[in-house]
Amino acid sequence: MVKIYIPRETTADSLGAELLVKAISTEAQYRNLDVEIVRNGSRGACFLEPLVEVETGNGRIGYGPVTLEDVPDLFDNDFINGGEHAKRLGDVEALPWFKNQERLTFARCGIIEATSVTEYENLGGFVGLKNALAKGSDGIIEEMSDSGLRGRGGAAFPTAIKWRTVADCDADQKYIVCNADEGDSGTFSDRMIMEGDPLSLVEGMTIAGLAVGADTGYIYLRSEYPLTQKILNEAIANAEAAGYLGENIQGSGKNFTLEVFMGAGAYICGEETSLLESLEGKRGQIRFKPPLPAIEGLFGKPTVVNNVISLASVPVILEKGGKHYAEYGQGRSLGTMPFQLGGNIKQGGLVEKAFGLTLRQLIEDFGGGTYTGKPVRAVQVGGPLGAYFPDALLDTQLDYEEFAKAGGMLGHGGVVVFDDSVNMAKQARFSMEFCSVESCGKCTPCRIGSVRGMEVIDRIVEATSSEEREAEHIVLKDLCDTMESASLCAMGGLTPIPVMSAVKHFAQDFEK
Amino acid sequence: MQQLAGPLTYQDWDLDKAREAVLDLADKTGGVMIALHRLQEIFGYVDDSAMPMLGKVFNLSRAEVHGVTSFYHDFKRSKPGRYTIKVCQAEACQAMGSDKLTDEIKDFLGVGFHETTASGDFTLEPVYCLGNCACSPNIIVDEQTYGRVSIEGFKALASSLSASEESA
Repeated sequence: MVKIYIPRETTADSLGAELLVKAISTEAQYRNLDVEIVRNGSRGACFLEPLVEVETGNGRIGYGPVTLEDVPDLFDNDFINGGEHAKRLGDVEALPWFKNQERLTFARCGIIEATSVTEYENLGGFVGLKNALAKGSDGIIEEMSDSGLRGRGGAAFPTAIKWRTVADCDADQKYIVCNADEGDSGTFSDRMIMEGDPLSLVEGMTIAGLAVGADTGYIYLRSEYPLTQKILNEAIANAEAAGYLGENIQGSGKNFTLEVFMGAGAYICGEETSLLESLEGKRGQIRFKPPLPAIEGLFGKPTVVNNVISLASVPVILEKGGKHYAEYGQGRSLGTMPFQLGGNIKQGGLVEKAFGLTLRQLIEDFGGGTYTGKPVRAVQVGGPLGAYFPDALLDTQLDYEEFAKAGGMLGHGGVVVFDDSVNMAKQARFSMEFCSVESCGKCTPCRIGSVRGMEVIDRIVEATSSEEREAEHIVLKDLCDTMESASLCAMGGLTPIPVMSAVKHFAQDFEK
Repeated sequence: MQQLAGPLTYQDWDLDKAREAVLDLADKTGGVMIALHRLQEIFGYVDDSAMPMLGKVFNLSRAEVHGVTSFYHDFKRSKPGRYTIKVCQAEACQAMGSDKLTDEIKDFLGVGFHETTASGDFTLEPVYCLGNCACSPNIIVDEQTYGRVSIEGFKALASSLSASEESA
């Protein structure tokens, strides 16, 4: 019996993986070959998907990207024993793209059958939970504090402090809410871990529940991820069946139940208070802060709201220790970050590395430059609310503080590359347009400011004299100042960042 | 690009059936959101007559139900085409030419966003990020995402979807 790995994951699926499964099993049957197809997640090398791997005596040999047309040829070349073929990549883990990564959170992703409890346990899964049960609340929070983990959703708030706050609240009911409303363009790390190693999220949320004294958790998942929903629900059911979730977890007397809740296509629901409103079945309009969700969150109860990657990093921290995690990274940016390379990029995908490498290293060494082969002109880091960087800023280190110094933000770690065909005035206008489409409407600077922003940028581009253009630039600057300082949340407050970075670094694009 | 799934089949709107389908959600966390998703799965959209009905089930005013329904892009108020095609408009896809692809798709189908083709086969919608940003540009047809979409690939896909409709 030969094991063949074909990912059950959105990227691979979007490029025909499901059809490949059928084609390969049909062909194997026709040739009387004994094969077992295992559905792993993606290892994150999107440019190699669909990546088909075969288990051999010399490691897992990869072939990719595999198309339907390749299938008969692969069999003719004895790929099930690692035979030669134009698409043969060799031992996948020896490829520089993987070898040069530092995988802690994504250590299992793409390797194991995604929803299998046994395979998860075989690679260190649920060791963290067992340690957490032995340590108790204070011990868990101490490990989290030692790890230096800061919220990976974008705001980078220290996770241990949030958990401490909720743990210290006296309440009859507390909640753990996972923010899986990954709406930033250029980001897909949440989706990849939920599809490739969902049990790490299940385990992380359970540990969070033990730490703060919550017995109920929700994963608020965006509706654009239908496959993720199926995989998460399977993982939750498997964890329950194995006694890692539900009542009396591993005989400890502790309970934790978990449910997936579907969003409905609103970007603003990635903002934590808007998400809580939505989870309560209301319009996803943001709430005033304070009170913080940690004190008055879901249904007014103390609530931990953490991003998927923050929570999925918890098991490895509890397994290997907070200090081990903090050995990665630098300064106040400790641990690793799954960076996501997207847009116009040759070798796009997920790169987990300790903080500190430069944006250029990420784009050139891992990404191999642009997909079109043309020069990189602009790079947007941190989603639609992140700054556009020109070539001159590409040597900025990927580190929360270093990025802030350069006028940008790491956000959720999404990196979108544009080649020299990009028009930055158009991108700036889009930032305003996006804000106007997705604004929850609660505060005026965001709701109205974004519409005025589009109009002003149009007038700048259409200005017939430099005086006219300068006058409009002053209006735009003023508008952006107002949005930044008077908006209720990051949507209106940060939209000026991509806009003003485009104006600052690419001024020539605003002149017709 | 190949067709991977048949069309989702929608029933004709039926208020009694709709009520029956959501009754068990009355005490669920965020039940009205789950209910709206469920109605849309069954009927393809949420009819106006559902507003007072949902209000009764969830102990909300008609205005509150309308408020929730109208806030979210996903909830439709009229029956969509047999397939809903969403084309990503966000930055990573823009970097790979999604603006041009969008124009070509609109030309080919002869509709704009939020419109349904005369054949009733396709409803076209914008979407902001499908989380497949390393393989842009992307579209999603019902629940199936397609990456690295070219206009030629799209035309082949759309034709095969229309054809399967005729034979069905």
